[in-house]
Amino acid sequence: MIDNIRHFFRTFLLFELVKGMMLTGKHLFHRKITVQFPEEKTPLSPRFRGLHALRRYPNGEERCIACKLCEAVCPALAITIESEQREDGTRRTTRYDIDLTKCIFCGYCEESCPVDSIVETHILEYHGERRGDLIYTKPMLLAIGDAYEERIAKDRAADAPYR
Amino acid sequence: MGFLGNLEQFFGPAWPAVWTLAKIVAIVVPLLLAVAYLTLWERKFIGWTQVRIGPNRVGPLGLLQPIADGVKLLMKEIVIPSGSNKMLFVIAPIMAIAPAFAAWAVVPFDPKLVLSNIDAGLLYILAITSMGVYGIIIAGWASNSKYAFLGAMRSAAQIVSYEIAMGFALVGVLMASQSLNLSEIIMGQRGSYGLFNWFWIPLFPLMVTYIIAGVAETNRAPFDVAEGESEIVAGFHVEYSGMTFAVFFLAEYANMWLVSALTSVMFFGGWLSPFPESWGLIGSPSIGWMLGKMVFVATLFLWFRTTFPRYRYDQIMRLGWKVFIPVTLVWIVVLGIWMQTPLWVWSRAAA
Repeated sequence: MIDNIRHFFRTFLLFELVKGMMLTGKHLFHRKITVQFPEEKTPLSPRFRGLHALRRYPNGEERCIACKLCEAVCPALAITIESEQREDGTRRTTRYDIDLTKCIFCGYCEESCPVDSIVETHILEYHGERRGDLIYTKPMLLAIGDAYEERIAKDRAADAPYR
Repeated sequence: MGFLGNLEQFFGPAWPAVWTLAKIVAIVVPLLLAVAYLTLWERKFIGWTQVRIGPNRVGPLGLLQPIADGVKLLMKEIVIPSGSNKMLFVIAPIMAIAPAFAAWAVVPFDPKLVLSNIDAGLLYILAITSMGVYGIIIAGWASNSKYAFLGAMRSAAQIVSYEIAMGFALVGVLMASQSLNLSEIIMGQRGSYGLFNWFWIPLFPLMVTYIIAGVAETNRAPFDVAEGESEIVAGFHVEYSGMTFAVFFLAEYANMWLVSALTSVMFFGGWLSPFPESWGLIGSPSIGWMLGKMVFVATLFLWFRTTFPRYRYDQIMRLGWKVFIPVTLVWIVVLGIWMQTPLWVWSRAAA
């Protein structure tokens, strides 16, 4: 009975609604947490899985040995590899395409790579303007690896203790 | 002979029409600007309550955002569904916005500034604002879409229900002020105690009812089931695009300003100062007080929207019929008795 009366007055006198408005009113004056994107960015983990890259050894030789483990493990079938024997007798890829429109950025290719050749970098701001722009070929992936090798190596080193 | 005299001679017999038109433009243009900037204020305010900063990219502090929105909507294509009734489809937004603008004819902004100071101002407002629902019903009907139709039905039922409670709240106001003229209602709230002379104290339950019913009348959250996007997409304006949609949008926000203006006139003393008149400049009536009160009530609308989840439809009907109507009726009786006793100290001059 008493509870019913109390409930009646609490709802009838808009008690709870005023309480709710006090809460939003309080947040009105909170410090805002918006990150203004192009000027400000949130920090990235060294494990961040963004755009792919193919790495080289310090002597300039490409790491990839065309074992095709990444192609086999890729759950989205985004990787296409063709390989041939080079003049010096080593097996090398002649084609290494990643279709980024298929890729789900799971990182399995990087996990499966026995020579740490294919990696996913910190790069997340890229786009394509035409159909086919997001199919990255071997020279493009190698160029990304060449351009960001320092950062890629640093990120791998930072994550190494936890692997 | 001044500048106006010259103009009068130039237009000759057409002068009364031209002069009236000029006065209409003088009210509608600032109103349209106010509507545009209410949308920006809404996005900013809601952003702030959600610990965001709101639009800030177009122009300094995002101040040009409403202009950009307007230009975008003007340039978009108006899609008219092939199964729709073309004429009604195009007329509906006009029927929604016309009453929203027409009602402003009797709203007094300061002791002199009112387009037409008619004696039945309150009745005129009630009559004109009730017309707004036709735009919504016709839009829902003409679209030939089940969602639009459902939205229109919901909106019509809701507006009709809350109009009764709203009307009863206004009965209280006209009992207290003994007048239907909006300027006289404001004058009835005059006194030496500033804001304690306004009607919000003796009519407090009616004021709360009026504001909530006003939110429901304008189909604003938490009473916006007419456009419940989770179940009927966007309600009565699903099929509208470009400028036809923008006109519905303008009508909704113009109605928000109208309810804000009426609330300030009837419960918060309109252009009267909240300070006693003996305080000199800050105690004197001015349009600034009126606009300030309107912004305050409009901000309440936004505050409701950012705080409350949407009502369920049967709860809306229950609130309108089973809570508001009894509350307003009881308070009218209380008010009638109260006014016969010496305890009634409001609007002595009028009584």
